[in-house]
Amino acid sequence: MASVKLTIEEQRMFDGEAGEAARESMEILVALGRIYGAQRMVPVTSVQVSGVSYKTIGEAGLGYLKGLAQKGAKARVPAFLNPAGMDIAQWKEMRVPEDFARKQIEVLDAYASMGISKTCTCAPYFIGIRPKRGEHIAWAESSAVAFANSVLGARTNREGGPSALAAAICGVTPYYGLHIEKNRVASLVVDVKCGLRTIADFGALGSLVGKLAKNRNPAFHGIKKAGEPGLKVLGASMAATGSVPVFFVEGITPEYAIADKPEIIAITDKDLEAERKAIDSGLKPSLVTIGCPHASLEEIKEVAGLVAKRKPTCEFWVCTSRKLKEDADRLGYSGAISAAGGRVVADTCMVVCPLEEMGYVVTGTNSGKAAAYLPNLCKQKVAFGDLEDILYR
Amino acid sequence: MADEKTAIIGARPISRGKASGEALVSRAPIGFLGGVDPKTGTVMEKGHPLEGKNISGRVLVFPNGKGSTVGSYVMLQLAKNKKAPAAVINIGAEPIIAVGAIISRIPMVDNPEKDVFSMLRDGDLVEVDGSAGKIRILSQGTERKK
Repeated sequence: MASVKLTIEEQRMFDGEAGEAARESMEILVALGRIYGAQRMVPVTSVQVSGVSYKTIGEAGLGYLKGLAQKGAKARVPAFLNPAGMDIAQWKEMRVPEDFARKQIEVLDAYASMGISKTCTCAPYFIGIRPKRGEHIAWAESSAVAFANSVLGARTNREGGPSALAAAICGVTPYYGLHIEKNRVASLVVDVKCGLRTIADFGALGSLVGKLAKNRNPAFHGIKKAGEPGLKVLGASMAATGSVPVFFVEGITPEYAIADKPEIIAITDKDLEAERKAIDSGLKPSLVTIGCPHASLEEIKEVAGLVAKRKPTCEFWVCTSRKLKEDADRLGYSGAISAAGGRVVADTCMVVCPLEEMGYVVTGTNSGKAAAYLPNLCKQKVAFGDLEDILYR
Repeated sequence: MADEKTAIIGARPISRGKASGEALVSRAPIGFLGGVDPKTGTVMEKGHPLEGKNISGRVLVFPNGKGSTVGSYVMLQLAKNKKAPAAVINIGAEPIIAVGAIISRIPMVDNPEKDVFSMLRDGDLVEVDGSAGKIRILSQGTERKK
């Protein structure tokens, strides 16, 4: 009955011969394959699971994870988590409500019992998880999906929490969409006529192009220089304002494929400035959050250097993975940041933690993604700008 | 109107199992997170065509899901509380409802070969076979005889 052709091993899982958790997971993958017209499955080398913050999945999600863990679910391929709703080590000092923390720990324990690594980062590529060009993966966090597809040239669709988890348990994902070469083309060409000097510039460009892209993949022409932090924020911001799963930058990304008769738009300095103004409330933030997506070690070092010279006039966090926080602790960056009134925060970020319950009202960011999500998800007003602006407003 | 020839409608299997119940038809998409009370099965969304109606034990017919992906988990909560729909018929399934039906053991089909919105009325007794991909109209409800 399956229009999706299964291997002997996949059929065994579908029929329940590999346990109840694998049966249910394979049924999910087959159903998604049917919905999206996949003809077969493809093995994946890694899986990033979303649906980790208790704030987003709630009691219903926790119930599902506990049930799956009880059925003996185990990941067959390397799998790791998206950020949680709090820093696992510092939640008390950060005024995270205790009942929230207890539930969050239950979520993490359920995942851990399935053999899923508690890395809790949206930037796994900064801690050595870097699939190669053409490698099939199943990643779920939208900015990590954009980075893996675009900057690394790996292949993944935008997975949801349950579909990524099912891929981890079965080791395969339906073969459709961005797994297939011919679908990896751009039908919107962005002629970049504006300067891109700071992370906030990449954030504003992404915020703007995401809105214009609608369901199209964009290709950028005219970006002369872009490091991984800039590309990270560009992709994250487009994914947030426009669900963009892949983009190309001429001369920089491994792939650059344009469809026949693409629409071409130009972005000037004036356009970029207008977008920066549109997403900035102009208010002075009570908290500045840096690292959306999670900061690289170089970005943490930069912030440490900046705030050591001049103490910011507000509270600030640098969000990163647990592993890079440990590196930053060892290298003295965390010390310099806390001496200036800031904090290096691991495992979580400003978007998935309960900011609104922690007493914050105006939050500063240089990321177009955070600027897009903070108003709705955390009921925050946004101060958007370069670090030198928002830290000292 | 359903006659002998139209009583069985082919569809695409999405979630395995067979169940029957009275149809509850909505031409508007349904979002489960915030849209349906997981404790009672009552549709809470303001202005929704099914607002105030209860989906428990019904064969729920609607075009597709909408809203938060957490909706899948709300369907599981409904099942645990024994308030879930008996079966689901979608026009074009998307991942929220498909995943929700599978993890909640709710038989589901989509892509029916015929226009179920014109053939089915609230209260019609319908059987959904999510393994074979079939919808059977067992009998017409009392509502349409009025």
